[in-house]
Amino acid sequence: MVPLSAFLILAIVLFVIGIIGVMLSRNMIVLFMSIELMLNAANLSLIAFSRALSLVDGHAIVFLVLTVAAAEAAVGLAMIVTIYRNRDSINIDRLSLMKW
Amino acid sequence: MTLDQVIFVISAAAAIFGATMMIAQRNPIASVLYLILSLLAQAVIYIQLGALFLGAILVVVYAGAILVLFLFVIMLLNLRGGEDLGRPTPVLSRLAKYVLALLFLVEMISITYQGFQADVGAGVMALAPDGFGSVTMVATRLFREYLYPFELTGVLLLVAVVGAVVIAKRDTHKESPGGAQGKVRTDESPTESVKG
Repeated sequence: MVPLSAFLILAIVLFVIGIIGVMLSRNMIVLFMSIELMLNAANLSLIAFSRALSLVDGHAIVFLVLTVAAAEAAVGLAMIVTIYRNRDSINIDRLSLMKW
Repeated sequence: MTLDQVIFVISAAAAIFGATMMIAQRNPIASVLYLILSLLAQAVIYIQLGALFLGAILVVVYAGAILVLFLFVIMLLNLRGGEDLGRPTPVLSRLAKYVLALLFLVEMISITYQGFQADVGAGVMALAPDGFGSVTMVATRLFREYLYPFELTGVLLLVAVVGAVVIAKRDTHKESPGGAQGKVRTDESPTESVKG
């Protein structure tokens, strides 16, 4: 039997990989995929907890999170297309216009 | 090692490998494909945890729809991995980011261990009830206790779709029909003049 902590540690490792991707990548598309990865890591821990407690509430929440991820991907990709059309670049460092 | 543990180790290794390679790749298409590998491995773990319906949803909706949308955008923008990404991040700043991420990892793992080593019973997976994670059980919970958030999700999706269309739409008022602005590309100017 695999203990609950193994699933949680896997979720944490995936989340940290997503954090590293968000902090280090200069490619906007990879940055968005890292955010998706972090959402998935949170989902994994929710499912592990709902199995440990024998409650399906976690599954319902994961379902809602998946919908939010889909909405975020749709809006984010539309923004990437618009930015690429205006700037001819997917480099995130070029978008420092509104930086203080 | 039991079969359960073997399945977990293999799919966890595949999930971490795919996630790491996704960040390391320079070509965005390879990046998306590695993320799909990671998601498929995570779907195996979902099914191992008894979430049969969500495992199927993860493959169909996430790997099948959302990541295909990513691939579609990459091919629409014609990205091949040779784009100019600016000058590389300074070594010191990169090192600081790695240290911060490592610190977070150690912190989270120590919290997990403090919470779950003390109570041995909490660390072992409980026996799942019959039909756990099936469509019936998830749908019953979703349409009773979580009906209000579920309905709000529909509104969120509508707003997101309308917002995506508005954001990605070309502003036809600013661009003159003849392509006087430098940004109008030659291969698209005929359609622009038809619209204008």
